Amino acid sequence: MNTTVSQLDKVKDGPWSGGKSPWNLEYGKIMMWFFLVSDAFTFSAFLIYYGAQKYAQPTWVDADKIFQSIPGIAESGQPLVFVGIMTFILIMSSVTMVLAVDAGHRNKKDEVVKYMLWTILGGILFVGCQAIEWTHLHHQGFWFGRNPATGLTDQNAIVEALSPYFSKEISYTAALQFSNLFFTITGFHGFHVSIGILLNIIILCQTLNNTFQNRGSYLMVEKVGLYWHFVDLVWVFVFTFFYLI
Amino acid sequence: MSNHHDHIAHDTHEHEGMDKKGIWKVFFILLALTGLEFLIALGFVHHWGILHKGTFLNIIYIALTLVKAYYIVAYFMHLKFEKSGFILSVCIVFVFIIYFIVLMLIEGGYLHDHFTHQPIFPHK
Repeated sequence: MNTTVSQLDKVKDGPWSGGKSPWNLEYGKIMMWFFLVSDAFTFSAFLIYYGAQKYAQPTWVDADKIFQSIPGIAESGQPLVFVGIMTFILIMSSVTMVLAVDAGHRNKKDEVVKYMLWTILGGILFVGCQAIEWTHLHHQGFWFGRNPATGLTDQNAIVEALSPYFSKEISYTAALQFSNLFFTITGFHGFHVSIGILLNIIILCQTLNNTFQNRGSYLMVEKVGLYWHFVDLVWVFVFTFFYLI
Repeated sequence: MSNHHDHIAHDTHEHEGMDKKGIWKVFFILLALTGLEFLIALGFVHHWGILHKGTFLNIIYIALTLVKAYYIVAYFMHLKFEKSGFILSVCIVFVFIIYFIVLMLIEGGYLHDHFTHQPIFPHK
C-alpha cells in the first residue's frame, strides 16, 4: 500500500498556493464588493454625463426653483427641505443597518431583527418620499422626454412655461435634458433602493427563520448591508449634483 | 481544516474595528457634514446672500461630498479595516472615473463654445 500523496493531490495550505485567503474575506463578500464597484461605474457614468451636459449647455435650470415644495406643507419657497428629510432618512437607515450587522457579530438575533425592521422602514419611507417628489414634478410637466413646455408652439407660451424654472436664460433643450437625466438617475437609484428593501426583507425572514443562527454566522446580513450602504453612498452624490450644485 | 477555523476566528476578531459608540460617532459626523451643506446652501447663499453659486461653491460641495463618501465607505462599509491589498484593488479602478471626468469636461467645454455661438434655443 502506497500512502504517499502525489504532488498534485496534496491539500494546498501555503499562502501562495490557495491554502490561505490573501484578503481574509469570504468569497461572497468579495464578489459583492466587485459588483458594487461595477455599479459605481454605472452611476458615475450617469452623473458625469449629467455634469457634462450642464457644463456644455449655455444655460441650465435652477435646482432651487424646481425643488422648492414640501408636500402637504408648503407649495413653494422651500428649497432643499424635503430632500433634506429624504437624505436624513437614508443616512439613518444606513446607521440602523450597521447596527444590525454589529448585532449579528454578537449573535443577538432579536437585535438584528429590530434593526433590520428599522432599516426596512427607512427604505420604504425614502421610496415613498421619492414617489411624492416624482408625482409633484410630473404634475408640473416634467417627465421622461418632456418638460413643461412640451407641446406648446407659441414662442411666448414656451418662455412663460419655462421661466419659473430658470434664473438665467431659458432653454428648452436644457430643461428637457434636465428632465430626462433627473428621472433616469433618480429612477435608477430608486430601483436600487427598492431592490435593497426586497433583499432586506429576505434577510429579515431568514433571521426570523433562524437560518443564520444555525449557520453560526450573520455574514449574509453584512453582504446585504454593503449593498444598502452603497445605495446611501450613491444618494450622497445624487443629492450634491442635482440639488446643491 | 484547522486553517479554516483559524481564518473564521481571525475574521470575527477583525470586525471589532467599530463598536456602537463608533457607529454613532460616524453618524454624527455625516449629519454634521450634511448640516454644513445645508447651512451653506440655505444660509449663506439664500438667506444672507454672502456666497453665490459658482465654481468656488461647487468645489466646496464636492469636497464635502467626498468626505461623506469616505466616511460611509471606510466605516459603514468597513473598508478601512480590510487588508490593504483589497482596499487597493477596490479603489484603484476609480482612476478611470477621474479620467472620464476630465475627458467629459474637455468635451463639455468644446460643446459649450459651439452652443454659445449657435444657440439652439428655444425650439419645439
